[in-house]
Amino acid sequence: MPPGPPMAERALAGRPASPGLAAGPVHRLPAAGGGRVPSGDPAVEAEDLRSAIGHALVAVETLMNEVGGEAADVLGFQAALLSDDELTRPAFAAVADGAPADEAWQAAMASEIAGYLAGEDEYFRARAADLEDLRDRVLDALNGGEAQATPPGAVLVAHDMPPSRFLAVDWSAGGAILLAAGSATSHVAMLARSRGVPMIVGLGFDPDDAQGEALVDGETGRVVMDPDPATVASFESRRAAAERERAAVAAILDKPAVTRDGTRVAVHLNIADPAELKAIDPAHCDGIGLVRTEFLFHGRSGLPGEEAQFGVYRMMAEWAGGRPVTIRTLDAGGDKPIPGLTLEGESNPFLGLRGLRLSLRHPEVFRVQIRALLRASAYGAVKIMLPMVTTPAELAQARGLVGQEHAALQTAGRKLGDPPLGIMVEVPAAAVAVDLFDADFFSIGSNDLTQYVTAAGRDSDAVADLADPLHPAVLRLVAGVARYGREVGRDVSLCGDAGGDPAVIPHLLRAGLRSVSVAPAALGRAKAAIAAVDLGVPA
Amino acid sequence: MSNEPVMAAALLTNAVGLHARPSVKLTQLAKSFASSVDIALDAAGPWVDAKSPVKVMRVKAAQGTTLHVRAAGPDAAAAVAAVVALIARRFDEHEADAAGAAHG
Repeated sequence: MPPGPPMAERALAGRPASPGLAAGPVHRLPAAGGGRVPSGDPAVEAEDLRSAIGHALVAVETLMNEVGGEAADVLGFQAALLSDDELTRPAFAAVADGAPADEAWQAAMASEIAGYLAGEDEYFRARAADLEDLRDRVLDALNGGEAQATPPGAVLVAHDMPPSRFLAVDWSAGGAILLAAGSATSHVAMLARSRGVPMIVGLGFDPDDAQGEALVDGETGRVVMDPDPATVASFESRRAAAERERAAVAAILDKPAVTRDGTRVAVHLNIADPAELKAIDPAHCDGIGLVRTEFLFHGRSGLPGEEAQFGVYRMMAEWAGGRPVTIRTLDAGGDKPIPGLTLEGESNPFLGLRGLRLSLRHPEVFRVQIRALLRASAYGAVKIMLPMVTTPAELAQARGLVGQEHAALQTAGRKLGDPPLGIMVEVPAAAVAVDLFDADFFSIGSNDLTQYVTAAGRDSDAVADLADPLHPAVLRLVAGVARYGREVGRDVSLCGDAGGDPAVIPHLLRAGLRSVSVAPAALGRAKAAIAAVDLGVPA
Repeated sequence: MSNEPVMAAALLTNAVGLHARPSVKLTQLAKSFASSVDIALDAAGPWVDAKSPVKVMRVKAAQGTTLHVRAAGPDAAAAVAAVVALIARRFDEHEADAAGAAHG
């Protein structure tokens, strides 16, 4: 390294788009295009444009045949668009009116891209990058140039990045992507995740200012530019530890979770968005322990109808292939308001009208969800779970509604199942007096239970250290619920963050819990933590 | 032979709606029929040529949308049935998807 004045390291923060840690030299990706001299003859310009589009299409199709898998699907989509006259017609029309080929193409694509960016759905907005990719490919062909190679192991910085640039890079030597803008749902982000390339978007920096070395943390979205030697050393030791953990997790992911002494522990998934399931092999888990149905209620068009809910629930039931799928009824309120449904202006919403309390206040909304759940239960092992249950009367009231809707659907000749009805144990009243609740199963909501037992709000950083799931009071309640479930033969699980926390898992198992539900990203980590526990019980 | 168009409707239940890969599958299927095939978000239109991926993507049909299908021509009934079946099969999307999915 050449001597020079010591650079002060700089920290940046963006949104994580692909996990992993990487270190390397910063490389600025150049923007495409520039330098072409127009002929001034519309016929020549049209021929140039036709030829450039043809070249770009051949390049996309050639690459598609080389790469395979998800990358081939991305390119297949691009090829389909580029082959569609609908995409190219406005550019040819502008050329016929005298515009140079590159300007005509750029303007036509800008208009199409604007249509995507105006979409309400982030997924469709993210497809704009595919169109930018096509725009740049054709511009490159018009300019007679190709994108230059990037150095191996480099940290690529740009405003945004099209999939073709990603695919043109040799990632075998490592590297990472830092984007000033970009989206975690873009095709590039998807490619980065499947290729294991750390990526951070929304950094908001000027890519032209970035230079030197960069440390990239794709888990947290943090970047350190021009790091001090001490920062580099601690980063490298973290990277080594993460690599060991990744190897251990990969080795354990497809195996059932078993403690060192041979005790089987069920590990389920917490799902907040059905799209998460696409990347998960159902055989890697024991089912879904919590579906947060709130995602359905935040759509553009108000509350979801019965058919929309049924479709999603059925898809998840079928995905699980006979494994249990525990679907929680709407848990709005608290820190999850829904306009037009939850109360506004509650002084303490965590102690207010939330969860089942809200559903019982709006039976017309609740009944729609119940019907969708009953119908979906014909397609798999659906279980219905009620959040924020405080009194046995609430459970009885919900059971009454389920019974009424079941009878009505049956009379109407609809295909339906008879799913178990269980409760979340998160209100201390339910945890202390669990034996009063005639529920078919219990699932401990450790996040809320901890905040209510310790009187330390989840929304307050200042008391975060008090909201400790390892507080003996919390663990005693967990043990009590687990013991009661064993006595009466009803399933007990736990679906808060504690269930996926390697530091908490041993205590939960010693409290008698034999089932947890964790975020998909924590699945392997939880299995590894369980495997390290010795309960001292002979197998 | 009647020139009346054949129509049907189906609910989009795949996770991210009529996005990139499903759009490509839809247009490829539509192109395999001689009939004109159109889709719309409303039975009253506007109708969009289901053989054009660019036009299909402009519809921006998200999950939970009811998609209306219309075909006219010699194999209209078969075309509508095939498109409805493709939607019902969720475009055969099962494994890793183009959505912003968590990695496992």
